Amino acid sequence: MEGTRLVLSPSPHVRDEDTTQKIMLTVAAALVPVWAAATYFFGFDSIRLVVASALAAMGSEALFLALRRKPITISDGSALVTGMLLGLSLPPSLPTWMAVFGAFVAIVVGKQVFGGLGYNPFNPALVGRAVLVASFATQMTTWTAPFTDAVTQATPLVSGTAGYSELFFGTVPGSLGETSALAILLGGIILFYRGVLDYRIPVGFIGTVVVFSLLFGQDVVYQLLGGSLLFGAVFMATDMVTSPITPVGRWVFGIGCGLILVVIRFWGSLPEGLTYSILLMNALTPLINRWTRPRIYGRGVKDA
Amino acid sequence: MKIRNFRGGVHPEYNKHFTSDKPIKVLPAPKQVVIPLTQHTGAAAEPTVAKGDAVLLGQEIGKASHAVSASVHSSVSGTVVAVEPRPAINGRSVLSVVIDNDGRDAAESMSGHHDPIQLSAEEIKSRVEAAGIVGLGGAAFPTSVKLNPPEDYKIEYLLLNGSECEPYLTADQRIMEEHTEDVILGAKLLAKAVGADKIVIAVEANKPEAIKKLQALAGSHQIEVVALAIKYPAGGEKQLIKAVLGREVPSHGLPSQIGVLVQNVQTAWATAVACRTGKPLIERVLTVSGDGIKEPSNFLVRVGTPFKDVIEAAGGFVGEPGKVIAGGPMMGLAQFDLDVPVVKGVSGILVLSNKMVKQYEPLPCIKCARCVDVCPVYLMPVRIELYAMNGMWDHAEDYGAMDCIECGCCTYICPSKRELLDWIRVAKTEIVEAQRRQTS
Ligand code: SF4
Ligand code: SF4
Repeated sequence: MEGTRLVLSPSPHVRDEDTTQKIMLTVAAALVPVWAAATYFFGFDSIRLVVASALAAMGSEALFLALRRKPITISDGSALVTGMLLGLSLPPSLPTWMAVFGAFVAIVVGKQVFGGLGYNPFNPALVGRAVLVASFATQMTTWTAPFTDAVTQATPLVSGTAGYSELFFGTVPGSLGETSALAILLGGIILFYRGVLDYRIPVGFIGTVVVFSLLFGQDVVYQLLGGSLLFGAVFMATDMVTSPITPVGRWVFGIGCGLILVVIRFWGSLPEGLTYSILLMNALTPLINRWTRPRIYGRGVKDA
Repeated sequence: MKIRNFRGGVHPEYNKHFTSDKPIKVLPAPKQVVIPLTQHTGAAAEPTVAKGDAVLLGQEIGKASHAVSASVHSSVSGTVVAVEPRPAINGRSVLSVVIDNDGRDAAESMSGHHDPIQLSAEEIKSRVEAAGIVGLGGAAFPTSVKLNPPEDYKIEYLLLNGSECEPYLTADQRIMEEHTEDVILGAKLLAKAVGADKIVIAVEANKPEAIKKLQALAGSHQIEVVALAIKYPAGGEKQLIKAVLGREVPSHGLPSQIGVLVQNVQTAWATAVACRTGKPLIERVLTVSGDGIKEPSNFLVRVGTPFKDVIEAAGGFVGEPGKVIAGGPMMGLAQFDLDVPVVKGVSGILVLSNKMVKQYEPLPCIKCARCVDVCPVYLMPVRIELYAMNGMWDHAEDYGAMDCIECGCCTYICPSKRELLDWIRVAKTEIVEAQRRQTS
């Protein structure tokens, strides 16, 4: 009966199995159906861009951490997720080096300068994408139709020439990962069942767009499926690090994203607006957290 | 049956199958007992015996010393060999009475009542006080104090807590199944003591046998038996009240303010025994379990029995033990000295193997909000942790640090394995310290 080697640590003495790494790898896994659909529609371009972007993201992270003499933490999977998200948000015809550049910006400017995982205020993939759009406006808005190399200048959201079922399955021009609603929904279901996705954000986001499309006489299906809304609402806006941590805050965040998107799409000079809607709400996240603190149990109740 | 639920909480592996079908076994009294004079929340009892004294089973050896205190009785007959500080489960030295057992169990004359429900409220209260009964769910708050709420609050409900939501523990379940009648009697006595006219017994839905037996006996007594969601901490006092009655205990307030008295089922059993037989609280039922123990069991153990005797009675360790815990895995206290004695508040002894005892390196918070979602008092643990790490005690208090019930759900769930509760405890200590400085 030796007692001396017993571990003494405070309660709780058991922990949930989930880890940061498992969460990140779940997101990566949920992106696989989307990537598979993109590869089916756009062929090798999908593999080329997503692999380049993911490798560049992980490489930039490792390089930056090594330069700052910090432990290399790319095994946490967060750089992989950022790289995949960025890659899937790019147009199929984009040159590889631009994807690499975007991933580098995403990791270094979007994440590491703020202190790395958990400290970045903005979704890194969207930071990378925003810089690419600003730097290479033409290439970032040149689309190809699926199964061909035919170049077009417009996604269905702008051209308005696609059947509803094409929009659902994804046989339309657009960024790699955003065209197939079916694949995105599949990914969303994976996230939801693994407890990685809070339904409030996508529901608030998409719901707001639907309501305003109806109010302003827009084609709801086009607004929903014709651009990058679905992909953004399921995979980008739900990024844990950059969205609020209170239940009410997540509603506010989702609805806010929807409102900004609607304003940009209906009245702005940009055709899309997804990137900016989410980035703007990212900026408001600390405030939203402060404004939506949950009521503590037993506060504001009267004695019997 | 409607399942009563509450917001927040977690689903750890319950692992109750180790012992849920093991009947309560009586553990023989040890050769020597060490009985701490502080086994409860509140002031220590004052010793009424000295070295060399002969004591009888059930004799008072420590007298309640203060408004919040509980008396302590000998769990064996024999001779006092020392009254001195001894290590206790809280890791400190506590003044204790050490008694050599003469093996005769010569008992002090005890006066019971053949039909205790005839006792008046005052008589019940004085018997509970004389028997040194404390909350047996783990917190060990003196029951007699709870039975005397401030005058201006009318107690409407007695809520009997049979949730036993801590993983591994099955002592309360066995008591509900094996001593159903006494549990019901105890509930009625406690309700009578405070003048409550409604009794609700709440049991987690994973104990259907206990629910069935309680219901079978409750029917005739206007006692309601309800099923609780299978979720930790369903048995937390505040969560239980919210789930069953839909009421909230005011922040920093007491359940009596909203007309509720909560008691644990084992406390009710002890109350029934004390009123019927006059026997004070000198033994309790606890669960010995975990993957590090050979024969997980439910034992009736005399207060003062060393942990190591209880572990031996359960077949000893399997391999190297990693951790020995007094209580359950969510709120229990890790032990290093296995000579510490079982006290009234020990609901279980849990032995986790080395394999189960993992040490984690905290990673950066990824703002997943799981800690916020699981907090059963609706705090933002991650914020309080942040403020505590930065010494911003005012902010920590503003975010409700003092409302934390230390259930451990936040630390349990955090995927980044952050020590949220540890930091919240630091904040609570600092806030109390600052308040003391201010008032003095
Ligand atoms: S559970 Fe852990 S990682 Fe998630 S928000 Fe809370 S502290 Fe951060
Ligand atoms: S903050 Fe306190 S009450 Fe909330 S989950 Fe953590 S330990 Fe439990």
